[in-house]
Amino acid sequence: MSALVKMGGVGKLFFIVIRSLRQHALSTLVTVISVALGTGLLMAVFSIQAQSYRAFTGGPIGYDAVLGARGSQLQLVLNTVFHLETSPGNLPWSMYSAIKSDPRVELAIPYAVGDNYHGFRIVGTSDDIFTGYEYQRGHKFQVQPGGRVFNSTAREAVIGSFVAQKTGLKVGSIFNPYHGVYFDEKMKHDDQYTITGVLEPTNTPSDRVIWIPIDGMFRMSGHVLRGSGKTYQAKAGEAIPDESKEVSSVMLKFRSPQVGFTMDQTINKQGKVATLAWPIGKVMADLFDKIGWINKIMAFVAYLVVVVAAASILASIYNSMNERRREFAILRALGARRGTVFSVIVLEAASIAALGSVCGFFVYAAILEAGSLIIRAQTGVVLDIFQFHPVMIAGPVGMTLLGALSGVVPALKAYRTDVATNLTPSS
Amino acid sequence: MSILEIRNLKKSYLAPDGEISHVVDVPHFALEAGQQIALQGSSGSGKTTLLNLIAGILQADEGEIILAGESLSSLSEAKRDLVRAKHIGYVFQTFNLLQNYTAIENVELGMMFGPGVDSGFARSLLEEVGLKDRLDYRPRQLSVGQQQRVAMARAMANRPNLVLADEPTGNLDRTHARSALALIRQLCRENNAALLLVSHDHDVLGQFERVEQLSSINRAACDSGTEEEVRS
Repeated sequence: MSALVKMGGVGKLFFIVIRSLRQHALSTLVTVISVALGTGLLMAVFSIQAQSYRAFTGGPIGYDAVLGARGSQLQLVLNTVFHLETSPGNLPWSMYSAIKSDPRVELAIPYAVGDNYHGFRIVGTSDDIFTGYEYQRGHKFQVQPGGRVFNSTAREAVIGSFVAQKTGLKVGSIFNPYHGVYFDEKMKHDDQYTITGVLEPTNTPSDRVIWIPIDGMFRMSGHVLRGSGKTYQAKAGEAIPDESKEVSSVMLKFRSPQVGFTMDQTINKQGKVATLAWPIGKVMADLFDKIGWINKIMAFVAYLVVVVAAASILASIYNSMNERRREFAILRALGARRGTVFSVIVLEAASIAALGSVCGFFVYAAILEAGSLIIRAQTGVVLDIFQFHPVMIAGPVGMTLLGALSGVVPALKAYRTDVATNLTPSS
Repeated sequence: MSILEIRNLKKSYLAPDGEISHVVDVPHFALEAGQQIALQGSSGSGKTTLLNLIAGILQADEGEIILAGESLSSLSEAKRDLVRAKHIGYVFQTFNLLQNYTAIENVELGMMFGPGVDSGFARSLLEEVGLKDRLDYRPRQLSVGQQQRVAMARAMANRPNLVLADEPTGNLDRTHARSALALIRQLCRENNAALLLVSHDHDVLGQFERVEQLSSINRAACDSGTEEEVRS
């Protein structure tokens, strides 16, 4: 006792509050849990929203723009950057060649999509993806020890770390691609590919991708090329004419930001053949703006749970007031002021809220862990439990203040306790 | 020198039937430092109200209570609380120990709102009342007699000038009542505290050198109904 009491006024109050919480251990526990759920949910909702927004709009993308068939910019970005949705169509190889040789373009990487392995997208591309592309400034794809990148002329594949983890594929494994972007066991290609490398984790959607040479995509059994307008089917041992080749998209990195503006004018506003999704972050931000109402509803629900938690503090303390009237009368008879008794109850409510808020971090971690697993499995975007968000301070502090506020009503009741009347037992 | 002086003290309640019932009407009463007086009063004679007025728990309608040189009538409620904590020890018939506190914590709680907690003194008080090996027991783990001894130790916790005892042995059997009474009187003597005890028990009253009839001090005691009847 001495340590708390020697702290002075607040220490004395805590001494009384701790005993009260201990005496009402069960109701305290239940209330703490409800506060923990409210605070944890609030923090999780805001953190997931913020991290998702950052990951989809300004995260480690590594490209400035995507060139694709005429259509929706959003669909193009979702399909190529996040490996979701279907491709809006194909571009002739000549467009890829032209933009690749444009001096304003630093990097142009072709993507050909349309196959999968057990739901994981297979992307045909050039080996620039390993040598030139940086998914984050200064960070290129790294093949894990024991592996290597694919040979552009062989039926070889490099897989993302998440693919390896989920499918069990490893260096030396052989697999058959399946046609289409969604898994259908009846759509198995006859071609067999050998894994030559597993990439180090990047915590980007690329972890969910199987990379093969783009030539392999052209030559996949059953695939036809229509780059020239006529149907062409590749034959073994025979070079594919460039005019027949086509790509799903071209991933671009510009030498300067102005290039994007100029190309936006020439391709999107004046041209009719292709679409340039630029800037990628803005395309995704527009999507988030459109679905902003979902965020608002989630935030509203989280706030509602917090308010219910505060109400549960009020109810649990208020309900104990009748049985505690004698306790307050005794404290008053011993010399405690009305203000002291009032403060004890407010501090008790705030303590329950603070305890619940601390436990709320465990709830937050659990929700984020579960949410992270789902989001990573669906999009490849990885959420970080330890990523700071201001709600991690504002949430617990706000909840504690709200808890203290909810203690005011029962505290007023304690404040008004008549000492003389309540000093004798009621039964 | 008077540690307590009462002048023209009056307190009345509004009865449920709308009539005003006078419960306390004390023209004059004084208690010297270290003096021990027993007041004999039957149920309804206003003894608890009188003690609560002296303790500053209730505010008088009229008159003056001077405690240790300070007039309670002129003090705010908060200051009366402080005076009570510093100068008064109160022993109740029902002990009024807090059940979620140990014996020593109950005594220390008595110190908390006064000059400050002195754990060593709290311990020595409990040792003096024979509870050396019961310091960490909660009230429900103690016998009734032991609970009353904790209450007595708590009343002495702030080295008060005045101890008020309201039927302190009312819940004890005769043997325990006598030893409890002897103990509280001894504690008051050792701490030079005046003792004002109210009781209707002749066995208790018989042990005091000075016994006064409450009705001789409180003019309202003769003509009022029972106190409980009035206040309810």
